[in-house]
Amino acid sequence: MLDADFFRRWLTATAASVNREAERLTALDSAIGDADHGSNMQRGFTAVLAALEEEAPDTPGAVLTLAGRRLISTVGGASGPLYGTLLRRAGKALGETPEVSEKQLAEALRAGVDGVMALGGAAPGDKTMIDALVPAVDALADGFAAARAAAEGGAVATTPLQARKGRASYLGERSIGHQDPGATSSALLIAGLAEAAAGSSGE
Amino acid sequence: MRMLINVPETVVADALRGIAAAHPDLTVDVENRVIIRRDAPVAGQVALVSGGGSGHEPLHGGFVGPGMLSAACPGEVFTSPVPDQMARAAAAVDSGAGVLFVVKNYTGDVLNFDMAAELAEDEGIQVAKVLVNDDVAVTDSLYTAGRRGTGATLFVEKIAGAAAAEGQPLERVEAVGRQVNENSRSFGVALSAVTTPAKGTPTFDLPSGELELGIGIHGEPGRERRAMMTSGEIADFAVHAILEDMPPRNPVLVLVNGMGATPLLELYGFNAEVQRVLGDRGVTVARTLVGNYVTSLDMAGASVTLCQVDEELLRLWDAPVKTPALRWGM
Repeated sequence: MLDADFFRRWLTATAASVNREAERLTALDSAIGDADHGSNMQRGFTAVLAALEEEAPDTPGAVLTLAGRRLISTVGGASGPLYGTLLRRAGKALGETPEVSEKQLAEALRAGVDGVMALGGAAPGDKTMIDALVPAVDALADGFAAARAAAEGGAVATTPLQARKGRASYLGERSIGHQDPGATSSALLIAGLAEAAAGSSGE
Repeated sequence: MRMLINVPETVVADALRGIAAAHPDLTVDVENRVIIRRDAPVAGQVALVSGGGSGHEPLHGGFVGPGMLSAACPGEVFTSPVPDQMARAAAAVDSGAGVLFVVKNYTGDVLNFDMAAELAEDEGIQVAKVLVNDDVAVTDSLYTAGRRGTGATLFVEKIAGAAAAEGQPLERVEAVGRQVNENSRSFGVALSAVTTPAKGTPTFDLPSGELELGIGIHGEPGRERRAMMTSGEIADFAVHAILEDMPPRNPVLVLVNGMGATPLLELYGFNAEVQRVLGDRGVTVARTLVGNYVTSLDMAGASVTLCQVDEELLRLWDAPVKTPALRWGM
């Protein structure tokens, strides 16, 4: 079972990898966007960690809901509302129980991804964060490591696609040949899940 | 790249402190990132609230004042503001007559303004929205995020702001804003890439001797790269792209807008070429504005925006306005 501490470790691991990869995210974004995805995600996850420390939410649902709210109020751009909705929806789906199963987490993430698709209007193949998140959620039944591999594979697979949503879509065919920055940061989020799981031995 | 800044993290806050010091007619909340006209809320008037990423100055903060915006919400550089900013601005400027959000059509701006509208409506504020999408370089189809909002934002904010200042009701001010957007088209070119403070190096590589056609205002590359053209050739290309999309019926307002690093000497020369092409095509020019209004940090280049106006829209354009960047008649 996964408790609030697991979810805190998940977001802490994600914040660390966002910090580590910020320059790469910004570089990917400068090729087909506006060169700020790394710094925006960094600002958001730094604020998330501060909020978790300050408010110390004690259920998995409360951790994700707080993180989502904080991303919406600090990131801006499309990433803020989209990542915020992902975590907030997932948090609401988890309710107020102190521990959740991996299956419940998978279902909650599915609800979060559905929320992102409804808000942003993107479908798989549009070269967005959805292309990493959907395969990851599909693979969660086989464990966190499988989800991580699926997300990373999904992010890499955006390279040959032509963007149909977001700022990259303005480039038309010139968006082909570049990996999508949003799918790349989504893979970091899923990788954080695997890191949190690996960190809790005995599970 | 040398920049006149302290550190990249504080460029927006530093600029807001400077705006506050330069413009006593404005109330600037540096911490919450809201610029408000000092006399707001104005009784009986619809309030206009806009906002967007920083880096496009004087848009939007420079257009706050009587006859134009009631408040502006600057985000991080090239990043839309967050919902809390617009909700706070709406609460500060609403007189009870309602608030019109002027939103440039970018995914981030649309999402954050929609969330802000929900927050404001929860507080009992009546909110309407005008989406600006005037850039003909983007094909409006299922395969893109739709046309970008660029130079027409100035026309929408000025003309809808004039309608609000006359005491017209919210649905009327909204209708005027929509009409201005529907009557406007823009096309932009870049002669250099843009350097954001956070990145410190140009966002794309544009070799000397080439230019980008059909660029936006965020340093994103355009649709097409060509060998460098003369001012006259660029004017031909830009105006034809606009007129192909919007065959002229009425007289037009012309905005020849600098992207930030192109001298006024060049902009005026470019305006002469734009006027030549319009004359050749039989388009009557009602008014012309030349200058840096909707910029993209340090990008060199220019955009052309045309807005077809009837007598009523022209009257509202000529109405008095008093903002840091646009001021006449008062």
